[in-house]
Amino acid sequence: MNWTEVGPLSAIPQKGARVIETSDGDVAVFRTSTDEVFALFDQCPHKKGPLSQGIVYDKKVACPLHNWVIALDSGEATGPDKGCTRSFATKVDNGTVFIAL
Amino acid sequence: MKEKLVLIGNGMAGVRTLEEVLKLSPDKYEITVFGDEPYGNYNRIMLSPVLAGEKTINQIMINDLQWYQDNNITLHAGKRITKIDRVNCQVISEDGTVADYDRLLMATGSRPFILPIPGSDLPGVISFRDIADVDFMLETAQTHKKAVVIGGGLLGLEAANGLMIQGMDVTVVHLTDVLMNQQLDKPASDMMLEQLQAKGLKFLMQHESAAIEGDGRVERLLFKDGSSIDTDLVVMAVGIRPNAELAKSAGIYCERGIVVDDTMQTYDPKIYAVGECVQHRGLTFGLVAPLFEQAKVCANHLVHMGIARYMSSITSTKLKVTGIDLFSAGDFIGDESTEDLVFKDAARHVYKKLVIKNDQLVGAVLYGDTVDGAWYFQLMRDGTDVSSLREFMLFGQHHLGDSGHGAANAVDGLPDDAEICGCNGVCKGDIVKAITTESLFTLDEVKAHTKAAASCGSCTGLVEQLLASTLGSDFNDTPTKKAMCGCTDMSHGEVKAAIREQQLKSIPEVMQALDWKTSDGCHSCRPALNYYLLSTWPNEYVDDAQSRFINERVHANIQKDGTYSVVPRMWGGVTNARELRALADISDKYNVPTVKVTGGQRIDLLGVKKEDLPNMWADLSEAGFVSGHAYGKSLRTVKTCVGSEWCRFGTQDSTGLGINIEKMTWGSWTPHKFKIAVSGCPRNCAEATIKDLGVVCVDSGYELHVGGNGGIKVRATDFLCKVSTEEEVMEYTAAFMQLYREDAHYLERTAPWIERVGLKSVVSQLVDDPDNRKLLAERFYESQKNAQEDPWAQHAATQRENYIPIKQVG
Ligand code: SRM
Ligand SMILES: Cc1cc2nc3c(=O)[nH]c(=O)nc-3n(C[C@H](O)[C@H](O)[C@H](O)COP(=O)(O)OP(=O)(O)OC[C@H]3O[C@@H](n4cnc5c(N)ncnc54)[C@H](O)[C@@H]3O)c2cc1C
Ligand code: SF4
Ligand code: FES
Repeated sequence: MNWTEVGPLSAIPQKGARVIETSDGDVAVFRTSTDEVFALFDQCPHKKGPLSQGIVYDKKVACPLHNWVIALDSGEATGPDKGCTRSFATKVDNGTVFIAL
Repeated sequence: MKEKLVLIGNGMAGVRTLEEVLKLSPDKYEITVFGDEPYGNYNRIMLSPVLAGEKTINQIMINDLQWYQDNNITLHAGKRITKIDRVNCQVISEDGTVADYDRLLMATGSRPFILPIPGSDLPGVISFRDIADVDFMLETAQTHKKAVVIGGGLLGLEAANGLMIQGMDVTVVHLTDVLMNQQLDKPASDMMLEQLQAKGLKFLMQHESAAIEGDGRVERLLFKDGSSIDTDLVVMAVGIRPNAELAKSAGIYCERGIVVDDTMQTYDPKIYAVGECVQHRGLTFGLVAPLFEQAKVCANHLVHMGIARYMSSITSTKLKVTGIDLFSAGDFIGDESTEDLVFKDAARHVYKKLVIKNDQLVGAVLYGDTVDGAWYFQLMRDGTDVSSLREFMLFGQHHLGDSGHGAANAVDGLPDDAEICGCNGVCKGDIVKAITTESLFTLDEVKAHTKAAASCGSCTGLVEQLLASTLGSDFNDTPTKKAMCGCTDMSHGEVKAAIREQQLKSIPEVMQALDWKTSDGCHSCRPALNYYLLSTWPNEYVDDAQSRFINERVHANIQKDGTYSVVPRMWGGVTNARELRALADISDKYNVPTVKVTGGQRIDLLGVKKEDLPNMWADLSEAGFVSGHAYGKSLRTVKTCVGSEWCRFGTQDSTGLGINIEKMTWGSWTPHKFKIAVSGCPRNCAEATIKDLGVVCVDSGYELHVGGNGGIKVRATDFLCKVSTEEEVMEYTAAFMQLYREDAHYLERTAPWIERVGLKSVVSQLVDDPDNRKLLAERFYESQKNAQEDPWAQHAATQRENYIPIKQVG
């Protein structure tokens, strides 16, 4: 896998996210309350809401526009909603976050 | 090894308890179910629509066999338990199957009562309880003509209606002169009788059955007075008895039903019971609403969480006969200590009776016009003081103030393509279909599946009515308290009280002390907890940004394309050339695509990129602006009119007063947004009477109005009181806001809050009790001490990194 360095874990708030700007659009990098890191394409499968701006809990994020809840590990909408957004592999090495874009 | 849980009775209450157990702790038990009906779990309530040909058996399955497999539940369908061996903790079925238990749950339901008269065992005499009964009735309708239903209660009338629709000639025999005497009084019953007769049903009122005769099969029914009626079918619907024989034979303490305590435990601590088979505090049950509540409590104890208690609750009833609208709840007969409000219009077939006791609504019967049933039921459950409503309440909620959503509540009459949820574009047909095909029971389930009522929530009442009319009874919202969200069983009120009483000071502390079911909470409880902590411990609690909705986290409103809007405060709607010039320059500098005057008398700069926000705010701060909190559950705007300074009618300086109020109140967090307006005279150009707090200046002083809003359900304010000085206006404003902050639930605006607690409670705490008012106002000033720091300036100075990408690639 081709790992790209994102930055220090501490730069992402717990239960929050930061954004990587790429030529294909933004990618949201999430950090959970247990310091797991996940990355999703920053567009909600519903109407493209910026998931990076949502409320994060467990391994989920609630989209800021209409509250769809998206699973951070798979990018799948949870519950009765149907839809999926692209997810990316991540790892944390010595406090530094990497992503496979 | 997992503990073993055995359920006897594969019906509505038992399986609902299992669902609750699985929700709380999916792996706790190895579960085995015995049911003497040879099916999965079905919705017994819907047998009436099946009989009436409106539904099929497949459509009323709640959990099919696959569900049992998916959840690793062993189902013995068609096996009846005949013995419980409490010494060895085993149950034994008719065919000899044995199952061990660590915990046993009994949900054996009830048995139809069969009149002990000669001939009641003849073929062709049945009851109306299960699929087999319905199958038998449907077959009989194919081959025979005449049917008699004994019992003009809910069940009897639904059976009679179904048989009539299947083409039979049906007569209902009833003992008294009031149909559905558990639910109706005489006037309502008379109207219903007339309408059912018009549909083609026949009635023999005040007839007591004596015997059934026939040669090998029922042929006629004889009465005590010597008369008789020929018939091919007799359906007995004269009541139910708790099915407690099995428990009795096992030596478990029973009276009329299996006696349980508030935790649904029987006298044997290993054995629990729920549903129609139980007797709780002397009462037995016959509707599903309380059973579902019992299921919740029982599950809580089965997984050893041990915090819930079952308290009997009032239930409401509807009849599932198309074209007959009736609603009944609580004590609708009344006694010497109660008063009746009655409305009757025989020509329109409308009858309403409300029973009031000690200024509270305790019972209601509605016939013909049931639009307001849900509202009355709510008033009953909340124990609202109705003294200020009683003048109009009989005419319905839409007659109160201008909360104009009246006729739209008549959901039953709406066509399928009528839009119910305007936010998510969900039609009546979609909701009804979801309720029936997905077997939904609760508001939350409908929200999750259809998104109806999931956004602004103003259609919640309509969705609840649809649930009620589709399912037959109002059961989903029966619990007197509503849990905050799926993460807890506690209500908003209970959580707030616990925060104060147990001195809980952070979100993790609350979740731990109150046994939250999830580790992080969810997007619905976390913002609420953050607010309750903030308002309870004002200068102490450290705000948790990650528990705020994006708008409040970044102090700007997110737009549909992910950009933001920026609305600076414009005190009292007054500006000047210097401010306007600064706004113009800033708009140019950041290429703001749209500059708009808002409905709140200030200027909105729309379409700003997130990364530009900190710089823009720094510029706005420098020009003297602070955030307008157009995004917050907080003080929004104070609208004013020009007032005595310019206007030829102005009586007081409404503009100046509005500015003073805004300077005092800005920056305060509230349960929902809070809007104020000050008008200079009763012409009311600032629209003060549709604000959370409105001041209308008059010659002799200031009228204060509260609890109004525009929005989806317009509600005009209630008049609070009149005061004579600006100082008093300020004190009342602070005190009213504080009362609202302390008392309302998160996301409850002042209008629904006042409708819930009653205006009288606000008047008594604010107007009648000056000392309390002063204390409230002081608590408001105290919590404002550190609240008026401009968040924009703060973020521009200290939080820039959160607004820019962590990295750029490619
Ligand atoms: C900008 C503005 C429309 C305009 O261009 O005039 C506006 C815009 C929004 N309103 Fe409003 N409302 C605006 C004045 C009003 C008014 C008029 C007023 O304040 O006098 C009302 C009716 C009066 C009232 O609230 O009682 C109004 C009733 C609502 C409601 C319904 C509230 C209700 O209780 O039913 C919502 C929905 C909600 O809050 O849940 C809402 C929600 C919204 C939101 C915040 C929707 C959202 O969550 O994104 C919109 C944000 C747009 C944005 O990013 O700026 N807006 N909104 C007005 C901003 C006023 C301001 O200066 O702060
Ligand atoms: C036609 C009809 C319409 C209704 N309409 C409404 C309505 O509109 N609104 C409303 O709120 N309520 C309505 N009800 C009432 C509602 O259906 C009941 O309150 C509810 O089903 C009771 O649930 P329960 O689990 O206690 O009993 P049940 O659902 O009856 O379940 C008990 C189960 O236990 C089984 N069982 C009993 N003994 C044994 C044993 N020894 N071994 C194994 N299995 C056993 C039974 O076969 C049965 O399947 C209606 C009922 C009927 C019949
Ligand atoms: S600004 Fe208000 S009325 Fe206009 S679309 Fe948005 S929420 Fe609706
Ligand atoms: S865009 Fe995400 S929920 Fe609508």
